[in-house]
Order: sequence, then C-alpha cells, then structure tokens
Amino acid sequence: MTVVRIPPTLRAATRGEREVEAAGGTVRELLDDLVTRFPELHEQLYEEGDVAPFVNVYVAGEDVRTLEGLDTPVTGGVILLPAMAGGV
Amino acid sequence: MCRERQQGRIAILLKLMASYRELLQQVRSEIEEISATEARALGDGALLLDVREREEWDEGHLPGATHVPRGSLESRIELVTRDRSASLVVYCAAGNRSAFAAKTLEELGYTDVRSLAGGFTDWKRNGFPVAVSQTLEPSQRGRYSRHLLIPEVGEEGQLKLLDSRILLIGAGGLGSPASLYLAAAGVGRLGIVDEDVVDASNLQRQIVHSTESLGKPKVASAKAALEALNPDVTVVPYEERLTSETIERILADGWDVIVDGSDNFPTRYLVNDASVWHGIPVVHGSIYRFEGQATVFKPNEGPCYRCLFPKPPPPELAPSCAEGGVLGVLPGIIGSLQANEALKLALGIGDPLVGRLLLFDALEARFTEVTLRRDPECPVCGEEPTITEYVDYVEFCANPRSPVA
Repeated sequence: MTVVRIPPTLRAATRGEREVEAAGGTVRELLDDLVTRFPELHEQLYEEGDVAPFVNVYVAGEDVRTLEGLDTPVTGGVILLPAMAGGV
Repeated sequence: MCRERQQGRIAILLKLMASYRELLQQVRSEIEEISATEARALGDGALLLDVREREEWDEGHLPGATHVPRGSLESRIELVTRDRSASLVVYCAAGNRSAFAAKTLEELGYTDVRSLAGGFTDWKRNGFPVAVSQTLEPSQRGRYSRHLLIPEVGEEGQLKLLDSRILLIGAGGLGSPASLYLAAAGVGRLGIVDEDVVDASNLQRQIVHSTESLGKPKVASAKAALEALNPDVTVVPYEERLTSETIERILADGWDVIVDGSDNFPTRYLVNDASVWHGIPVVHGSIYRFEGQATVFKPNEGPCYRCLFPKPPPPELAPSCAEGGVLGVLPGIIGSLQANEALKLALGIGDPLVGRLLLFDALEARFTEVTLRRDPECPVCGEEPTITEYVDYVEFCANPRSPVA
C-alpha cells in the first residue's frame, strides 16, 4: 500500500481524509484503486483518459508527466496537487 | 657592567628586526608586480581587489574592482573567490599595502596574484577611468546595520536592494507580508497592482492594511504603510486590474522581479506569459485553508507556470480563497517565503526555488518539496511555443477544456 497525499481542494471527495492508502504497482493502478473507492475524484484527476492538465501527480517528489505518465512505477509516496490560485 | 650588557642586547635585537622599508623591499622582491598600463590591458581577465580603507574606496576606485580592506583580507577573500588559480590584481594607494596583501594571498594558496605597482595613484596619473561608488548615508548604515553585518549582503548588497525594483501582484494575504519585508529590507522601488479596496474580512491576514484603511484603495493603504515603515522606499501604486492591455504598460516601468500573490487563474497565466516574454523572474505563492506553496519561475533557467499546470482547472473544481477560507497566518508564512526568494534574486545570492515547489502544511507544520521540470512542449516557454501573444485569459480559464490559442 502506498500513502497518497490528498490536497485540501480534493478532500471533499475523500470524506475529509488528508492521506489515504492505495494499492497499485503503477500510477494508473493506484489511481484506479483510489477512484474506485472515491468516485468523486475521477473528474478531478482524469481528462480524456490521462492525468488532467490542471493536476500534478508526484511519485517520490517527481512529476509523473516527466516520467512515464500513468505507467510510472510507484516507487515512493504519492502527492496529488491540483493548481491553486488563492493569494488573498 | 650589567647595564652595558643590556644595551648591547637591545642593539642586537634591533639589528635582527627589519625596518618597515626593509620588510617592504623584501616582500616586493617575493611577489609579482604589474604596471597600471599592463593592468588595464588585462581588462576582465583578472579580478581586481582594492585593499584600501573604506574612505579611500569611496573617493574612487578601479572600475569593476572589489573592495576587501587589508584588515579583513584573510577572512573575506574566500567570499570573493575560492578559486586558488584565479588571476588576482591587488591594489592600494601606492603599491605598498597591496604588496603585503599579495604576499598574504600567496600564503593562503592563491597562485596568480600581482600587486599594482604605483597603486591607484599611478592609475589615475595615467588618466585611466575611475569609478566612484554610491555609498550609504549614515542613517542608512544604522537602519540596515543587520544586513551590513552579513558578508553575503554587506554594503554592496544593500545598495543593490536600494536600486532594485520589485512588482507585487496583489496587496492581499501574500502581498501584505511580502511587501512589508521587502520595504523593510530597503528595496528601493515597489510596484503594487491591486484594484480592490480594504474590506473588514481582509484584516484577519492582510497585515499591511489596518482598521483605519477600511474602504480605501488597497494600493493607497499599502503605500502609506510601507513608506511610513521605510522612507527609502518609493511605492508605485497601480489601482487597476491586471489585464493583457494594462500589463505591458506596467512592465514598461521596469521591474527586476515579480512577486505573484494574485487570487485567480486568469491573472496567474497572464503574469506567467508576460514574464516569460519579458524575461522577468516570478516568485509564485498560493494558499488555501492550511496549505500553501511557493516556487520561483525563472525564464530560461527553469519551468514556467504553464509547465507546472498546462491548463487551469474548470471553475467548478477550483474553489477560491473566498469560498475555501484561509488560516490568517498562512499567507504570512508563504508571503515571507516569497519575500525571501525575491530578496535572493535581487541580491543574486543563494539557491532560489527554481525547479522546486515547496509545499507547506500548517496543521502538520511540515514542508515538502517536489521537483518541477521544464516541459519541452510548453506552449509558452517550450522549444516551439504555440502561444506567442496574449490570449483571452478569462475565456481560457472559463473553458479549460477548449483548445488553446
């Protein structure tokens, strides 16, 4: 199981959980597992079958877009990070 | 008898001790010297070290020289260069102190050191160019004394800050602490873009404003507070919304660094695109409830905001601060980090947060860092950019799923 960090803007979908555990050898499997348990995450994470362009997924501190995308092996903790604009 | 013997001993001791002249002569024979004409011909090929006292330096020095007074040469030379093979030309007023300094540098392991024969006096006599440095006024020496004590800042750095121009997007939660610290640090020119007026709900975190500024434009309120904090600072207020029409005019006023504390996606993307095209680094910060993030987007050296987030989220998935709320101190932490990065960029010191996104969780009191990389396919800073002029950012952010310009 891998610890997945849920950002504040997505916590409504995870019943307020800040961190959840998920299973999967690749990012795709891990996100599938997450979405199965928290269906509301789907539209927050996916667009046209890929990671949505307004959210970043980090594995062990590296953006999966710069690795192998959804096929990136899960080698460490996962952070989901949607764009935030707030400054006020 | 006893007294005669004592006098004899003193005479021998005096003979053993070299006089200043003799010592100077000996040292000069052990080091290499260079004439003013030869030194000038070196151009940028050598590092010029001025080892005179501050007052002498202030009156004029060789252009491009670094001031390291003889008295602190040993302790400060490594801040100038650690490269023992660097080509150094040391000078003083007439070539005597610099001879001793050159000898010391050789003892410290520097292998390519020359002393300027005839020193600054001979340089001037040849009619070569002389630079006169700006200096701090006595009152500024007091105000910035804690900066002056840090070797990485010092007087040179403080003068740089006084000459720096930093543009803040937003005088809100992030802009408040950032602008206060930048003003206190003596950043000479601070531009602030904000179209809002101070509202009661701002005061829980926007510490540059106060109860008596309620209803006033934020830029006016901030200008009054910042210039009261430090009269060395000029605040340039832009009481307007940042749009593709206004941003070019504002940037034409000349800014070295942008501190982005805006509160909406259209502005974030607009600031990003403009900064890439103008080559101005952006210190980015954003906050939500208990969590914030900061990074530096430095054009050509690291990723831009579009490399990080190619598109904004659809509006229904992007709650604003007004909906989400924010712990009052959180922008204080993130805005201070932004001020820290902006000062480092202005001073040219340290490792800025380029290519790194720092995440802060106030509830856990934990910082996490993730790596950001340039996207070679980035539509703005990539190899073949597809966005080369301003787009309709409001439309772009309202319809993130539609194709982009």
